[in-house]
Amino acid sequence: MKRSHFPLFVTVLVLAFFYLPILVLVVNSFNASRFGGTWEGFSLRWYSRLLREGEIWQALENSLLIALSATGLATVLGTTAAMALHRYRSRLQNAHYALIFTPLVVPEVLTGISLLLLFVAIGMDLGLFTIFIAHVTFCISYVTMVVLGRLQDFDFAVIEAAQDLGAGWWTTTRRVLLPLLAPGIVAGALLAFTLSMDDFVISFFVAGPGSTTLPIRIYSMIKHGSPPLINALSTILLVVTFSVLLVSQRLIGGKEKP
Amino acid sequence: MSRRSYREWLVSFPSVTWLFAFFLVPSAFVLAIAFKPSTPFGGIGTGWTVATLRSLGNPAYVVVLWRTVWISLATTAICILLAVPAGYFIARSAPRLRRVLLLMVIVPFWTSFLIRIFAWKVLLHPDGWIHGLFVASGLLRADTPLLYSSGAILLVMVYTSLPFAILPVYAAAEKFDFRLTEAARDLGASATRAFLRVFLPGIRRGLVTALLVVFIPALGSYVVPDLVGGTGGEMIGNKIAQRTFVDRNLPQAAALSAGLMLAVLVPLLVVLSLQRRRVQGALNGGEQQ
Repeated sequence: MKRSHFPLFVTVLVLAFFYLPILVLVVNSFNASRFGGTWEGFSLRWYSRLLREGEIWQALENSLLIALSATGLATVLGTTAAMALHRYRSRLQNAHYALIFTPLVVPEVLTGISLLLLFVAIGMDLGLFTIFIAHVTFCISYVTMVVLGRLQDFDFAVIEAAQDLGAGWWTTTRRVLLPLLAPGIVAGALLAFTLSMDDFVISFFVAGPGSTTLPIRIYSMIKHGSPPLINALSTILLVVTFSVLLVSQRLIGGKEKP
Repeated sequence: MSRRSYREWLVSFPSVTWLFAFFLVPSAFVLAIAFKPSTPFGGIGTGWTVATLRSLGNPAYVVVLWRTVWISLATTAICILLAVPAGYFIARSAPRLRRVLLLMVIVPFWTSFLIRIFAWKVLLHPDGWIHGLFVASGLLRADTPLLYSSGAILLVMVYTSLPFAILPVYAAAEKFDFRLTEAARDLGASATRAFLRVFLPGIRRGLVTALLVVFIPALGSYVVPDLVGGTGGEMIGNKIAQRTFVDRNLPQAAALSAGLMLAVLVPLLVVLSLQRRRVQGALNGGEQQ
């Protein structure tokens, strides 16, 4: 049967649509021209200018600090949540599932404003710590979803085998379940880290003086700063993301093969 | 308490407590503070009032609300129209190609949201080459801006949400048994009819998920209209941010948020309860039905 070429056509169009703007941005980061409209020769001047922007590096440090700590806590909470949701069927788990799933679709503006109102109402100073709390909150759901996906392909015969051999609940969890779940947990943690590094809206609401994160810095550069500098910064971030993504694909893909 | 329920409580406790304290309680705060008066110093006053909620009837808000709804609906429709053929194509391609295509759809999801918007801001800028192209081809007058319009918001919102629509459609299409459409063809259905009557109902759950993950966040858009929409392109999210950061009128921001929250939660809870029941039924082998 002859298949229509329409889906192929749309897919190619969509991928071009996805990558064209990014490509233009990367090319422009090496453009000597200040206004990017015309090509004035290859140059690394924007990259060297970037190195001298102290505020960006301070913001990067804040972002890394928050992303690492929030990922750590969210991974633990998300993994236990996935285990509970997978193992038990009860009213508690129905409520638990709603608590995990709803933050995934609630618009970021709402998460941001509601946490801000909470912090203001209980008189908590806004800063890195409030951003950390906010990031843990939205990362839990993503970690849970990834780990839950892994649990659904899981062969529970190995758990039963361990229990038949006399292993208790804790030993089974620690020595059998967690090692087998590790690729899922790593994938979830990686997702949480990326989302935390990238979050702007929620952080913007709960940030205080002196707690500028990288996305908040980028936002103010887009609003008031010089475009070529953002091009250079974006290119560096894209290279970092691609490398992390390639490495993680290797890691996860490699482990899944029997 | 039995050992089993003790363990269940133990593994559920950390995440339930955290989300209760930092998701559920703050959401309740939004609803409560919507009924509070504001103070001239940007704080939250004492006592209760419905004046804040009543001020939402202001015609300026109605315009913004209407714009929010139509841009979100249009974004969702365009995303789904593009996601169905793309998801179908990826699901039907050979495994090697499928992996590459899937990765190409996921990569934008991993790259910075702000940077992807910025890239379009540069492209649509009057000095950018898309604007130049349109002017050169006579489609646009040189002084008509592409940037800072509802069209620019729509374009960039489709750009940022499309991966979220393609992934669930692909996931459903990949599980779809394509022998069903072949059978429909053998029984005399046209390709279009087989597609509409067999394939689309078959990937219904993927479509519903795609609809939710595009439409709901779109209702709360803030950054896209802020960066490419200009003053004539404000959506509800921008109004919430304005009341929060510019006027520092938190009760007013809370009242707007409460409205947005209700608009978002009603369809969400309906779909969620339907889906959970079905997932649970499938996991229990249907024995409870």
